[in-house]
Amino acid sequence: MKHTISVLLQNKPGVLSRVTGLFSGRGFNIESLSVAQTMDNEISCLTLVTRGDNAIIEQITKQLHKLIDVIKVTDISETDYVEREMALIRIKAESSTRAEVLRIADIFRARVVDVSQKSYSIEVTGSQGKIEAVTELLKPIGIQEIVRTGSIAMTRASKKY
Amino acid sequence: MKMTGTQAFMKCLEEENVKTIFGFPGGSVIDLYDTILKQDKIHHVLVRHEQAAVHAADAFARVTGDVGVAIVTSGPGATNTVTGIATAYLDSIPIVVFTGQVPTALIGNDAFQEVDIVGITRPCTKHNYLVKDIKDLVPTIREAFHVARSGRPGPVLVDLPKDVMASMINFPAKKEVKMRTYKPTYEPHPGQIAKACKAIMKAKRPVLYIGGGVILGKASKELTEFAKKLDIPVTMTLMGLGGFPGSDPLSLGMLGMHGTYYANMAVAKSDVLIAVGARFDDRVTGKVDEFASGAKIIHIDIDPTSISKNVEVDIPIVAGCKEAMIQMNKWVDAADINLDAKKSEMGPWLEQIKEWKEKHPLSYVEETDVIKPQFVIEKLDELTGGDAIVTTEVGQHQMWAAQFYHFNKPNTLITSGGLGTMGYGFPAAMGAQMAAPGRTVIDVAGDGSMQMNIQEFATIMQERLPIKIALLNNGYLGMVRQWQELFYDKRYSATPMEVVPDFVKLAEAYGAVGLRATKPSEVEPVIKEALATDTCVLMDFVIAREEGVFPMVPAGKATTDMLLV
Repeated sequence: MKHTISVLLQNKPGVLSRVTGLFSGRGFNIESLSVAQTMDNEISCLTLVTRGDNAIIEQITKQLHKLIDVIKVTDISETDYVEREMALIRIKAESSTRAEVLRIADIFRARVVDVSQKSYSIEVTGSQGKIEAVTELLKPIGIQEIVRTGSIAMTRASKKY
Repeated sequence: MKMTGTQAFMKCLEEENVKTIFGFPGGSVIDLYDTILKQDKIHHVLVRHEQAAVHAADAFARVTGDVGVAIVTSGPGATNTVTGIATAYLDSIPIVVFTGQVPTALIGNDAFQEVDIVGITRPCTKHNYLVKDIKDLVPTIREAFHVARSGRPGPVLVDLPKDVMASMINFPAKKEVKMRTYKPTYEPHPGQIAKACKAIMKAKRPVLYIGGGVILGKASKELTEFAKKLDIPVTMTLMGLGGFPGSDPLSLGMLGMHGTYYANMAVAKSDVLIAVGARFDDRVTGKVDEFASGAKIIHIDIDPTSISKNVEVDIPIVAGCKEAMIQMNKWVDAADINLDAKKSEMGPWLEQIKEWKEKHPLSYVEETDVIKPQFVIEKLDELTGGDAIVTTEVGQHQMWAAQFYHFNKPNTLITSGGLGTMGYGFPAAMGAQMAAPGRTVIDVAGDGSMQMNIQEFATIMQERLPIKIALLNNGYLGMVRQWQELFYDKRYSATPMEVVPDFVKLAEAYGAVGLRATKPSEVEPVIKEALATDTCVLMDFVIAREEGVFPMVPAGKATTDMLLV
């Protein structure tokens, strides 16, 4: 099963390598990974998406927690959460298809961020499923390049007052 | 007080109460060695290979129960420590390894004797550091010792660039190490303790399965109290030997691949298995699905990742072994239990175990003309009164030592259990003897392993250490040969040692004493002479060449599927 795990860690050189080394060394896989500073510039937040049965996910969270530089590990998939990914896509857009590309972009609330005589570059944000849906639709027209950020995720705030 | 980085370094070691360090100099640590020469509080032992420095520091830690320290130079000095560090990592031994590094301005330039040792050792250290600023030096060293010795202990590496060590600093006042991210749990959850104790009270066929955590956690006394209070039989992993007295009637000896028949049978038939500081290693469990399959499993471990890693656990307790055993003893004492009645309930189970013990005791076929290795170990046990510190290399001799020597106290068997490092025992004997100058230290070795760190004879003679080496010489890489005999139709690929040195002469070449026994009748006189000699003695026992280690559970088989003698 797919799990999204959020890890707070010390913002120090080599920390990312400790995390990725753990995954390769123990044979866990990483589907996507994204990391940046938090409000506290000594702490980074890392979001990673991985797959595995419950025993593997339990090992992953425990092993992550065992790293000396790791502050907190949360399996976000166990909570109610919001997940987003962004993709930049350059699509072939010649006179016959220019309008179609814009239509699809519009449907997915994507924005054009670069334009040339033969292509559009669009920015699209959403769940992994949405990014995959838009790429599927654009593929027949001709995707020239695609860059994805990997998921970032956040637990939803408590609705109780 | 203003001082150089190297002076601050020495002061940090003093703060940590370090008296002995093992090392080898080089360009990147030459300033540090200059400072070492100018002081007399810390004794530096000059090894002949950096791997040996780490093994010696590791054994020093195992004997004293405190942190061992090694110092080496950058580049090859650092890479030579890797096997030693991995050995300590797999057995959770607290050591701090200091490596020299090229000056910070040259890092990343492929400078002479530069390697990224922090990168190389990341997966085999508990944690490691590169000190890039002199301000961080003292706090980093303090943190390194704290991390190495606390929680589940382990090796820590600190990389020290030459220019940082030459800079000046004001030595910061000592303060307790507080880390934002690292806070090991020692105290057990009372609810889990009660659950575990209730399960044990209901058990008809309980077994305690104890590992290295009992020794590292200094829980031997509390565990022994618990076992004896309730008459629960105890089996030990290789790392757990000595955690419970091997001569006690409740002891089942070692379990697993070369464990006793009765230990493996008892675990297989148990209804409650209490794992204390052990990690369900494949050499212990054999085929995992059939390991203690009828038992409720209680697992006490300080490291949450060990719990339910290989075998699913029913009652997990994350705690130090000592703290957990104290609480379990308290629970039993507080509960209104008639201990005599409880013990008599154990009668049938202990009777069954006794039957197994009588049916298949540890044994071997004695011979009059050729020395059996098991006989040598029995004689060593007898003539040292079971009171020696025994280090081992890795292979058949290691298993015979584990089977036939009665380890009655913790920290007396010093062996590479997890990584299985050949060449460990000889430098380990050095570290052990430095840690316990008055004790008899014996390295039980094989002719294969012995040659992997034989250069340390020079260090041992330089330090005048009266180490005894019991070499079980069969001219084979015996453990691999045994597997080839049993599972590869006796195709002895690369296991016969066609050239074996004359170990007696070799010992003499270093100024040590060499003795040889080729007949069983010579074994006792040779051991007696060695024990009476106050210098290093190598005893070359020429043993039955194709003797095997039994019982044996073939790899991947259930532990009840044993090949017996």
